[in-house]
Amino acid sequence: MTHVLDPGTLAAGTRPGPGSGTAFDDVTRSDAALRAFLHGLPGVDQVGAEQRAATLGTRSIKTTAKAWAIDTAISMVDLTTLEGADTPGKVRSLAAKARRPDPTDPTCPAVAAVCVYGDLAGVAEEALAGSGVKVAAVATAFPSGRASRAVKLADVRDAVAAGADEIDMVIDRGAFLAGRYLDVLDEIVAVKEACGTAHLKVILETGELVTYDNARRASWLAMLAGGDFVKTSTGKVSPAATLPVCLVMLEAVRDFRAATGRQVGVKPAGGIRTTKDAIKHLVLVNETAGGDWLSPDWFRIGASSLLNDLLLQRQKLRTGHYSGPDHVSVD
Amino acid sequence: MTQLFEYAPAPESRSIVDVAPSYGLFVDGEFVDGSGEPMKTVNPATEEVLSEVAVGTDADVDRAVRAARRAFTRVWGPMRPADRGKYLFRIARLLQERAREFAVLESLDNGKPIRESRDVDVPLAAAHFFYHAGWADKLEYAGHGPDPRPHGVAGQVIPWNFPLLMLAWKVAPALATGNTVVLKPAETTPLTALLFAEVCRQADLPPGVVNVVTGAGETGRAVVEHADVDKVAFTGSTEVGRSIARAVAGTRKVLTLELGGKAANIVFDDAPIDQAVEGIVRGIFFNQGHVCCAGSRLLVQENVHDEVVASLQRRIGTLRVGDPLDKNTDIGAINSAEQLARIRELSEIGEAEGAHRWQPACDLPDRGYWFPPTVFTDVSPAHRIARDEVFGPVLSVLTFRTPDEAVAKANNSTYGLSAGVWTEKGSRILAITDRLRAGVVWANTFNQFDPTSPFGGYKQSGYGREGGRQGLAAYLRSTHP
Repeated sequence: MTHVLDPGTLAAGTRPGPGSGTAFDDVTRSDAALRAFLHGLPGVDQVGAEQRAATLGTRSIKTTAKAWAIDTAISMVDLTTLEGADTPGKVRSLAAKARRPDPTDPTCPAVAAVCVYGDLAGVAEEALAGSGVKVAAVATAFPSGRASRAVKLADVRDAVAAGADEIDMVIDRGAFLAGRYLDVLDEIVAVKEACGTAHLKVILETGELVTYDNARRASWLAMLAGGDFVKTSTGKVSPAATLPVCLVMLEAVRDFRAATGRQVGVKPAGGIRTTKDAIKHLVLVNETAGGDWLSPDWFRIGASSLLNDLLLQRQKLRTGHYSGPDHVSVD
Repeated sequence: MTQLFEYAPAPESRSIVDVAPSYGLFVDGEFVDGSGEPMKTVNPATEEVLSEVAVGTDADVDRAVRAARRAFTRVWGPMRPADRGKYLFRIARLLQERAREFAVLESLDNGKPIRESRDVDVPLAAAHFFYHAGWADKLEYAGHGPDPRPHGVAGQVIPWNFPLLMLAWKVAPALATGNTVVLKPAETTPLTALLFAEVCRQADLPPGVVNVVTGAGETGRAVVEHADVDKVAFTGSTEVGRSIARAVAGTRKVLTLELGGKAANIVFDDAPIDQAVEGIVRGIFFNQGHVCCAGSRLLVQENVHDEVVASLQRRIGTLRVGDPLDKNTDIGAINSAEQLARIRELSEIGEAEGAHRWQPACDLPDRGYWFPPTVFTDVSPAHRIARDEVFGPVLSVLTFRTPDEAVAKANNSTYGLSAGVWTEKGSRILAITDRLRAGVVWANTFNQFDPTSPFGGYKQSGYGREGGRQGLAAYLRSTHP
């Protein structure tokens, strides 16, 4: 068995130019070819991957590095509300927070995006106008993805029409686990097309894919199909984002860029609640994919409660004192 | 916003440990002056003198051995095994309580990163005492006969690469089996052994059960050659091991040796590449490569050679070399000027032989002993860089095409301490490991240690085992039924 990555091109700078993606056209021509390709990717040793993630989690980030990390993490947050009870009022209030996370401190950066259900994308778009904060909408029958393709695509078109800059789609995990990789690929391609100019984040729901091998294969599948981001989870399934799964996905985007020249972003979502967790993820990005990914263009954190912990830690660094939850806004 | 994530220094506090201006020998439960000219021990990361340490002469060693003999015949030998176990448990707990102190002192004296002394050395040292404490009253079930007996006085000489851990590997089984100990720590790293002596006092260990005699080669020779030592245990270079074997030959002394290595780390083309790269890094750059079982020969299947080397180089580029006390440091200082000179010499030989040297761009501190992580490619089994133990952060990369060739090349060494196999295929792991002439073979991992797992070598890597049930044999006179 040989590796699909051509070592010669990995080592040298003889890659096709950015955006090409033609390097792997062959592998998507049939289900068998795609299956052979995905199963030919280097395996992931579970123990080793978890050990590596744990070691990186012990990096000690202090003083200026911590201040930088907190601000960077804030600027990478996709501030999210995905509840059945969401109202226009809730979304507007979240948008206000996204623009100005800490009203007492104008130096605090805005977050990257506000992430809502498709029907509220219009409300978010209006509330965020002129702020630079993007509107992300979940679509494709989020979170289960169990609907006909026509419904999923309509869902995407609706959200884009309402003003979403970014679409967070879910893959068909049932098809993936059944080994119908080409179906999954086709669907992502179709969604990407329906997105038009909107960026596409592909949610793998790694908690349901279970193995790291699957996480790596699904990441490659999403990238081959043209996804702009690979995202771990919907936040509705446990476990959501974990450090090792994020590590595997970062390795995948790193290898994909080496193989095709095209850079794809990563978004862990769900379960990242503390500054410490967020910083561990930044360290992972830094030491796995590299500094090129340390920007909101290439790394996002999907979270709702994380922002307040980042703000409290930020205030602590500024004043030297810990303040309580009432010193930051509820949303 | 800067593009690069520069971690600010996060040094562990030095003030956690008191380094005395001078230390004596620990004999019969007391700190006493040595009769030799005292030696200085330096911090290899800064070349700063840490302390002055006594040097034991033949007379001092004689006093220590007599104290150990007295303790053996009067207290430690006759003691109920369960009570010996209690002392060992107490020592283990004290090591845990004072873990931070030990970790900082170890990094100061040895130059290894605090992350390793804190997360590996000290916890493992405590684990060895816990493990052997459990054996103390169960020795008749260890498979060495129904009523195994201690030898008496154990003379132990340990190296500078894992000063506290090697102490634990030697002292814990010796005490658990009822022997008493005269320990000679390495010349460049005596401080944690002296802190351990303090722990023995804190644990109320009877005087004379553990004696620490510091000094250099002469002191070690005195320990090994003392007529009233019953059992000699040595970890260190093959060269010294050979002279010890010569000195002990013909006497009634029992000897175990744990010597050098030149381990093969075999990567097949279906290996989990990212984890294999981690394993290669851990295998050779752990503790600056100052590891006798370091995976210093990378045998990689030819069809993935370029991919593995490219990934490896990218990964090595992220290693952080510098202040050992900084929690973010991956690679610390080389232990001594002497060792640094040896690493440099062998690296130059590697280049002269025609191998290709690669080192990442990295700034090294101005003072102290430093050597950047180094990879040699285009290495052939005929090169010295593939045969001699470098004992530094220097990796030699060789290739193979078939499993048979991998095994042949892996076994083509005068050493045989450890090896690694990387493949996703379980049947291949079993088939290959079975044919490797090495004491420990790791599959899809490297440099994992556990007190329950016996460790030791083939060929010039020494004889005898440490750890596990097998390790107890070295300290017991077996009474086979």
